[in-house]
Amino acid sequence: MKNERKRTYLMIALPILALFICFNTVPLIRGVIYSFTNFKGFGSYDWVGLRNYADLFTDARVLKSYLFTFKLAVVTTIVVNVLSLILAMALNSEIRAKSFFRGAYFLPNVLGALVVGYIFNYFFTYILPAFAKMAGIGALEGSILSKEGLAWIGIMIVCAWQAVAMNTIIYISGLQTVPEDVYEAGGLDGATGWNKFRHLTLPLIMPFVTINLVLCGKNFLMVFDQIMALTKGGPAQSTESISYLIYNNGMSGGQFGFQSANAVVFFIVIVAISVAQMKFTSKKEEQL
Amino acid sequence: MKAMNVKATDMKEKKTNWAVMVLLILGLSTIAFPLYMTIVIAFKKPSEMTNSISGILSLPKSWSLDNFAEAMRVTDFWHSLSYSLLITVITVVLAIIIHSLMGYVLGRTKAKSKFYSFVYLFIVSGMFVPFAILMMPLAKQTAEMGLANWFGVILLYVVFYMPMNVLLYTGYLVNIPVALEEAARVDGSSTWRTYWQIIFPIMRPMHATVAVLTALAVWNDVMTPLVIMAGSNTNTLPLAQLNFQTQFGANYNLAFASYLLSMIPILIFYIICQKQILNGVTNGAVK
Repeated sequence: MKNERKRTYLMIALPILALFICFNTVPLIRGVIYSFTNFKGFGSYDWVGLRNYADLFTDARVLKSYLFTFKLAVVTTIVVNVLSLILAMALNSEIRAKSFFRGAYFLPNVLGALVVGYIFNYFFTYILPAFAKMAGIGALEGSILSKEGLAWIGIMIVCAWQAVAMNTIIYISGLQTVPEDVYEAGGLDGATGWNKFRHLTLPLIMPFVTINLVLCGKNFLMVFDQIMALTKGGPAQSTESISYLIYNNGMSGGQFGFQSANAVVFFIVIVAISVAQMKFTSKKEEQL
Repeated sequence: MKAMNVKATDMKEKKTNWAVMVLLILGLSTIAFPLYMTIVIAFKKPSEMTNSISGILSLPKSWSLDNFAEAMRVTDFWHSLSYSLLITVITVVLAIIIHSLMGYVLGRTKAKSKFYSFVYLFIVSGMFVPFAILMMPLAKQTAEMGLANWFGVILLYVVFYMPMNVLLYTGYLVNIPVALEEAARVDGSSTWRTYWQIIFPIMRPMHATVAVLTALAVWNDVMTPLVIMAGSNTNTLPLAQLNFQTQFGANYNLAFASYLLSMIPILIFYIICQKQILNGVTNGAVK
């Protein structure tokens, strides 16, 4: 009887595990192996040891892509979380047509990032400059996507437009876990406005802040579709995200081996950040 | 005292916060405006697009469907739509079957068995592997295996979403008492049959969550089909947008008709299943 159960478990788990290893572990290992070669994506190749890794740290384009990706991820994560927390509190307050508003504000999240990017591309190229002209803001009269210093802001706006929807829904479910009598007790102690938020609401929804920070940070570090639709890495490679650079130069630029090394470093960075983020925020939760 | 409390909360519930409502309505314009812009441009003729804002944003003179017919032809819309549907539906079905089975086995065994608890950690840690590192080796590997097509893409999705979905299923399984299965086993039912007759139906709420999360992610994904199916003459909807973007050239009306077309299926799905989608997304993230 017990053997039958064990055998069934094994017969289920082994094929699924094999599938997982075949398309996740094996390519991961192959990626690491390629990173020690000068493979172009086709033809023969030689072992080059750690040279790809050494080159990686002196390659200006790679460093630039890391700086850009982290700047985008950090700023967008902050912007998205502030906006969605405010929006969640508004949607959770005493309003009419609550489910209509919640549904409408979530809409951007179900749309494909690529097409959303194309639509905003047009908006930044034609609509925004025309508005800027009318308002007399000279700095915005050209497309922000074609300005080296401003293009990343366009990408941030598009990323945020979709991500706010997701985070708001999570914050709403967080706010709903706060029992009403906590506020009533706090009200007796004179907690209102900012104090009420800072000392009552925020500590109680800290687990949801953690979820949202992890979710946002990870998604934005891997940003790809928005870059593809808005700037294709330009102008002057100022908006090349790490994923985009690996795709562009690795798949078609003849840098298969070199970009594999880049991908391995990126992988290690993602793991390190995820672990650190979880440790840091869970510590904060305990303190409260 | 109690009566007073009830009264107080009653009164509170009736009071609508109008200031917040006004702000929320104003805020909606950030969502409505891009959609409005998409719709009016999609219906206009290029000649109606003067360089001024009012020319671009005014309502079209006639609501003609010509742009849509042309966009359908250029992007081979029905073809891409059917591949998108095919890939999404099969992936969701396979995810519900395979991931729930794996979640069940791991949920029931990982506490007692070192092997299974290792397998669990091994699969769940797959969440940290970015697609960027798998992309190049997978392009090579799927080509070698003859899987550089829609079927290969489905297999990859089943693997990519396994960590998340297994995590969700094992988490849900904690709430299902083992006694339920044991009763069936005493009656002589096999483990396999017990699973399908008792556990699988009980996990229905989690199936809904998994289906919503997987479907949204697969439907909108660009990178996997781009890397794997690029040479196979088949497109998904997002891939068609990407491939034909250059052909639209300066004809923005045609391009916007095509954007709108590609958004319509998911918009219909969202309007019909809004409640399930919101629930699914919340469950998935919070658990």
